[in-house]
Formats: sequence, C-alpha cells, structure tokens
Amino acid sequence: MTVDFNFMIGGEAGQGIQSVSFILSKAMMRGGYYVYSDQDFESRIRGGHSFSRVRVRDRKVRAPSEEVSILLALNKDTVDRHLDEMKPEGEALVILDERTVRSGLADKGIMLDVPLEQLAIQSTANRIMSNTVALGAALGAVEYDFDLLAGVLRQEFSRHGEKVAEDNVKAARAGYDYALQHRGKKFGQRLKARRASTKIFLTGHEAVAFGAMVAGCKFVAGYPMTPTTSILEYVAQKGRDFGVKVIQTEDEISAINMVVGAGYAGVRAMTATSGGGFCLMVEGLSLAGMTETPVVVVLGQRPGPAIGLPTRTEQGELWFALHAGHGEFPRAILAPGGIDDAFWLTIKAFNLAEKYQSPVIILTDHDLADSYSTVEPFDLSQVTIDRGELLSEQEVNQLTAYKRHLITDSGVSPRALPLVGKALVATDSDEHNEEGHSIEDAETRRQMVLKRMRKLDGLRSELGKPRVHKKRGAKITLVGWGSTYGAIKEAQELLVAEGLPVNVLHLNEIWPFPADDVALILRGSKKNIFIESNATGQLAQLTRRETGIKADATILKFDGRPFSAQYIVNGVKKEAS
Amino acid sequence: MVTKVTTEDYAAASEIAWCPGCGNFGILRAVRKALVSLQIEPHRVLMVSGIGQAGKFPHYTRCHVLNELHGRPIPAATAAKIVNPELTVIAISGDGDAYGEGGNHFIHSMNRNVDITYLVHNNQVYALTKGQACPTTDLGYTTRMNPQGAWVSLRPLALAVACDCSFVARGFAGEVDHLARLVEIGVKHRGFALIEILQPCVTFNNKNTFQWYKQRVYKLEAEVGYNPGDRAAAFNKALEWGDRIPIGVIYQKERPLFEEYIGVSAAAPLVREEINPLQFRELMNEFK
Repeated sequence: MTVDFNFMIGGEAGQGIQSVSFILSKAMMRGGYYVYSDQDFESRIRGGHSFSRVRVRDRKVRAPSEEVSILLALNKDTVDRHLDEMKPEGEALVILDERTVRSGLADKGIMLDVPLEQLAIQSTANRIMSNTVALGAALGAVEYDFDLLAGVLRQEFSRHGEKVAEDNVKAARAGYDYALQHRGKKFGQRLKARRASTKIFLTGHEAVAFGAMVAGCKFVAGYPMTPTTSILEYVAQKGRDFGVKVIQTEDEISAINMVVGAGYAGVRAMTATSGGGFCLMVEGLSLAGMTETPVVVVLGQRPGPAIGLPTRTEQGELWFALHAGHGEFPRAILAPGGIDDAFWLTIKAFNLAEKYQSPVIILTDHDLADSYSTVEPFDLSQVTIDRGELLSEQEVNQLTAYKRHLITDSGVSPRALPLVGKALVATDSDEHNEEGHSIEDAETRRQMVLKRMRKLDGLRSELGKPRVHKKRGAKITLVGWGSTYGAIKEAQELLVAEGLPVNVLHLNEIWPFPADDVALILRGSKKNIFIESNATGQLAQLTRRETGIKADATILKFDGRPFSAQYIVNGVKKEAS
Repeated sequence: MVTKVTTEDYAAASEIAWCPGCGNFGILRAVRKALVSLQIEPHRVLMVSGIGQAGKFPHYTRCHVLNELHGRPIPAATAAKIVNPELTVIAISGDGDAYGEGGNHFIHSMNRNVDITYLVHNNQVYALTKGQACPTTDLGYTTRMNPQGAWVSLRPLALAVACDCSFVARGFAGEVDHLARLVEIGVKHRGFALIEILQPCVTFNNKNTFQWYKQRVYKLEAEVGYNPGDRAAAFNKALEWGDRIPIGVIYQKERPLFEEYIGVSAAAPLVREEINPLQFRELMNEFK
C-alpha cells in the first residue's frame, strides 16, 4: 500500500510552528519515509496566521499536497481556514485543545480534543511544553514509533540542557499516549516506521549555503533580506570552523562590491539577496562583467514589485536576472529545481564564475529556499573544483609582462592574483586595454567587447541539457523552470495514472539558453504548456525569443503560494479538453 | 635581500589626463614619495579607486589597480584587505565619490576599522561632470546646477571623528612634503586611515584656489598643546573652516581591527587557504 500522508500545523507566528514541523519531519524521515515540508508565514513577528505542511510518502516527494490528513490546530483561526482542506472523514483528524481553541467541532467525528496545556503541566510542570504535547499527539494518532520522535527531541533540545530535553520527551509521551487512547474509531490511518534512514533533510537554501562552502567559497558579503538571510546565517554559523568569512554589510551595494574586491584578490566569493537587494547590486554586477571578476550571486525571488509579498513565493525575476546590468556582458543563470540541484548547481556556479571570469546568478525562490526535503547525502567525492586559467606563482614569474585582459580566442584571459608572484594586476571599470588601463579608442573598445562576449560560447558548451521526462503516447509537454520541478513532475505521474500521458521539459540551467535542445523537444510535441509562478510567462517569452516557438498555453500562478501537483493537473485537464 | 625601492619603480607609463596645474600632480608626487620612503615594493600595493579625476590616480602609479565604480572603492578595498592582509591597500576617492555617492560606505567603513588608507581628494566641486556643487562646496557658492548657491556644506572630518575613525588627517596638495609625511603615517597606522586632501580645481572652482587655501591652511604640528588623542578637541578642530583651516593629524586612536575580529591575519590569508570538499563530510551529517 502506498503512503501519502499530509500533516499540517497551524497557529500564530511565535507558537513554534516551524520547530514542531521540523521535528515531526525528521522523526518521519528517520523512520524511512520521504518527507517534504513547506512553510507559510506572514511578514510579522508575532500573531497572524502561519502554517507548515509535512507531507510524508514512501517514495520521492518534491512538492506539497493540498489535502490534509492530520491538522494540528493551535488556534481557532487554523480550524476556520483549513477545515475545507481536510481529507474525507475516516482519513482526517483535527487535533486541538478545545479548552483554548473553542473550535465548535465537538460534534464532528474528525476532532480529537487533547488537553494540551493540562498534559504539559502534569508531565513537566511547564505550560510551554504544550506544543511538544501536540507533536506527540500527532504521532500517537498514527501509532508512529515513539522512540524515533524521542531521539529527534533529545537531539534538538540537548543544547538547552538534559532536563529540557527529557521534559520535552515526557511532554511528547503524554500527548502520544493520550491520542493513542482517545483517537476513536473513526480515524483508521496508521504510519509505521519502515526502515532506518540514511538520508539527509534540508532546505534549498541550506543546500546552496552548504554547496558554496563545499565549493570553496571563502568570503560571503550580504545584507539580510528574506528569503536569502538563511544562506548568510548558515554560512556565518557553520563556516566559522572552516575559515569562511561572512560580512554583514551596510547595504547590498557594498555587498556586491565587496564580492568583486574579494574575487579580484583571489578567493571564491558570493553574495545572496532578493529582488529588492538585487536591484541595488545591478551596477556592481555590471562591474564584475567589465572587470571580468568571478562573482556568484544568489537571487532568491519573492513576489514583487517593490516589497511585494515578502514571505511568499514567485518566479518573477527571470528577465530581471537575464538583463540586470547596464551594457552587454556574458553571464550564466542557474535555477535549481530542488535540493539536489541547489547543491550541485551552486558548485557549478563557482566553477563557471572562475573559468569564465564572469558573474553567475543562482536563481532560487522562496518556495525552494524554505521548503525541506529528504535527499540522499551528497557524494562529496564527486565534487570537482575547477578554478580555470588561474596562474600559479611559477607561471606568473615566467611572464615578461602580464596583461590581465589579454585578448584570447576563448575570451578568457589567464588570471594572476596580487601577491601570487610579482605580476601587477590592473583592471578598470572604464573600458580598458589588455593591461587593464582605461582607453577611449574605438578599435580597442571593439576588440574588448568581442573578447568578453566570446566567453558566451564557452559558457554555452558547459551548460547541461534541459531535463526531459518523456511518456509513451504523450502529445502534451509541460514546460517549467526552477523550483516548480517537483510539482510538475508529480503532476505528470498523476496525469499518466489518469490516462493522460504528458512529457516534462524542465530548465535548471537557463542562460546561455539551450535553444537547440529546447526547440527539438517542443517541435516534437503537439501542445506545449508552460507552467510558471509569474503573471507573464517569462520562460515562455524567452523560449519564443530564442527558438521562435510560441507557447500553446500557460498555467500561471502569482498569488504568492507554491504550486501543488493537483493544481497543475487541473490546469492541464482544462487545456486538454 | 632588501630591494631598494625608488620613485622610478612607481612611475607608470600611462599618459596623464589631468588638467595642467591640477592639484592631483602634487598628490601623485606625495604618494610616490611616501611609498618610497616606506620602502614598499609596487607589487605589494593595491590601489582601489572610484570615479572622477581621483579615480584615474592608480593608473598613474605602478601597482595593482582595481578601478571601481563611482562611490564604491571602499567595499572592494575592504574585501581585498580581508582576503589578503599582506597587501597594502590604498583606496582613492574624490569628494563626490567619498561623501556623496559613497556616503554610506564612508560612515560604516570608519566604524568597521579595516586596515586600509583612504585618500579623499577634496576640491569642493564636481569637476568631471563640469562644475556642480558637491557635499563640501562652501555655503552659498553658485554653480550652473545650483544657481541659488550651495545649501549645505558637510564637515567630513567632524563626521569621521564622530564615527570614531581611528585616523583622521587633512593634507594640502600644495604642501607635498607635508602630505607625503601624512600618507606615510596613515599607511603605517593600524586601522582605517582617512586622509582628506585639499586639492584646488583649477578649472571649475574659482573660489577655493591655491591662493585661497595657502592663505588659510596651518599645520597642526605647530599648534602648541594640540593632542590628536583628545576626541572632543579633535571634533572642534575638524569643524574649523574659514579664515584658518588645519592640516595634519586631527585625530588618532588605537582600535581593534575588524579583520582580526573576524579572525583573518597576514600569516594565514584567506587567499592561500586550500579548497577541500571532503572536509565537509561531518557537517553534512548534521542534516541526518
């Protein structure tokens, strides 16, 4: 029997929703399940409405589901907002403390009234533990292996001391036992632990941050901005043991210019920001293009324009990333489709940046940034570090004169670093000659533009082909990019199961655009439907520009919420009929 | 082996594109003199500049050059120093660069206190864009873009003292030896060294001329009892502008370096660190 079980935890900001969700997820993962967990929260510190979904499957899961199995309602608002999303009776359960929530659900068979506060006080003399009681109740209701939960609780709370950790275990046990006894006959769902897990569980931005460190990034400068603050914070905390320096700058302008300074001086450097911050960085991006300095910029998209919906998701900045910067210069744009991609493409970003001495943009979004997923551990022995044409001290000292911007066939000039040998390294934001000194003459300008633009050919040859999943008999191709991969892939599975086979074409390495590969696939398909989290179909437009092929239809979502597979399935059916 | 560094070592081949009589020539002489006096080899020096006439400065000095954007030399210079503290990093700006476009970096870099030297060429006018007012233009001075007269006149050195900048000095392009000495002290100073250089613009500023400055500047070294360690006195001195304009070290203080605070040193520069993906195996286990 297949398992596809969806927990939801809802309440106010500050009620510990993310931590309950994280612990529940990890306990599930350790029992051998695949878990996908997403966060939905408002831009406020306390109050409002937040929730997190924890989707548990016995096979890969890469997107949320909109059908809730167990709702852990920490306030009445949660019940009012999400009751409609519950699965049918018998498969659904709402866990709440009727004394505080006063849901009015008393007569419904799906309610399990757990005296959370009372049990917390009884078991630990600490009212604060109510959340942990609720967490225990959620697992008790499905008879999950309690020891797995206890293990995660001990690990998560051990830094607060043994007493706190053990109290949490006690509180969870109280909730677990209560739910086990009282869940009633109407809820028959069970989740049994399967086998020991070897997987890891992390968010997209943790994968980017970890990937950057693995790639040898030594310097990160940034100004906190949702949703990329998590990258800055991860590297700031974990990078300390590995000599990685993180500077919190006065603004994003400083951040990008610091990264240029660090890249010039010779380390792998990165900044991470969101659309608004990227706006401020655009001038510096252009500088990196002109001075041919390797920089990696993570652009974590969120809905705009201006401040938009700060804590929500959108893919509205593909065109911005493509065109950001005054003047013409080569760049690469990578858009991870999931956690694995986020890790491996980040490493690729650093290699490309140094090999082509150009800016590389990693385009993520809030959905990828904050959603957790189970993946196999990354095989670090497969990581390659390619620093491109970086001259050694010996090579530098053999040169009679060093030209930082030497004109070459590939457009890439051998790169010397200050104080690695005695070469003088000069570069200029003005147009310059091969020595890096400013010029005004027409022919040198022409040659330098051509030299820089030749790097696009090299970049194009390095980019992977788009991801294609074909199905026998499919007449429709679903086309997407970046973080929506999971939902699109799952939609394909659902449609195939319903007798409507579709192909999937997914782009995670977007620029230079793989026009030939994309055209080949789209021409072989009767109907191409572009699925994007934006209002204008940015990939559809880009595809038309680069291949001449027009989208037959689009499924666009720009309400700030992520795609689910079912949402796509509904849209495709409408288009197919 | 000690190599003798001479002025010739710093002579760059680039054709100089400054107006005849520009104060920048004096500054160039002074900086070369200071570097020779310090016996620093050219390949140990990184000059990072912004835009404007001051921005061209590094191209006229044989050394590493990173010519940045308008107002942005400080962040790049800061990062380069953090990445490789073995470099002697000198950032060069004009008044528009430093106090206008780069104002935010100016304030925060002084707070941060990275060991770099910041030379700000202040001619009290935007020259490369042909004569508009700048943040330090004298009150009431009219330009084509400010026909009603300049409305505010920033006192950057007072701002620097307020920010507890660890070294605050002012030189004058017409006093080359004095300026050379200031640059020498500034480069040797451990921390962020701000040296503002009064530099007449012979083309666009017909008020603050060589003559105008010459009549007003006086050397702080000659002031009996002046103590650059006294912050309140330094603040007052930094506000002095009019009949008398002080040049010399206005404020100096020992403060911890930012790069040491974040754990980088010349002995183990980031740029020399190995890249080893396998060392992260254990960290990955935290995701289990």
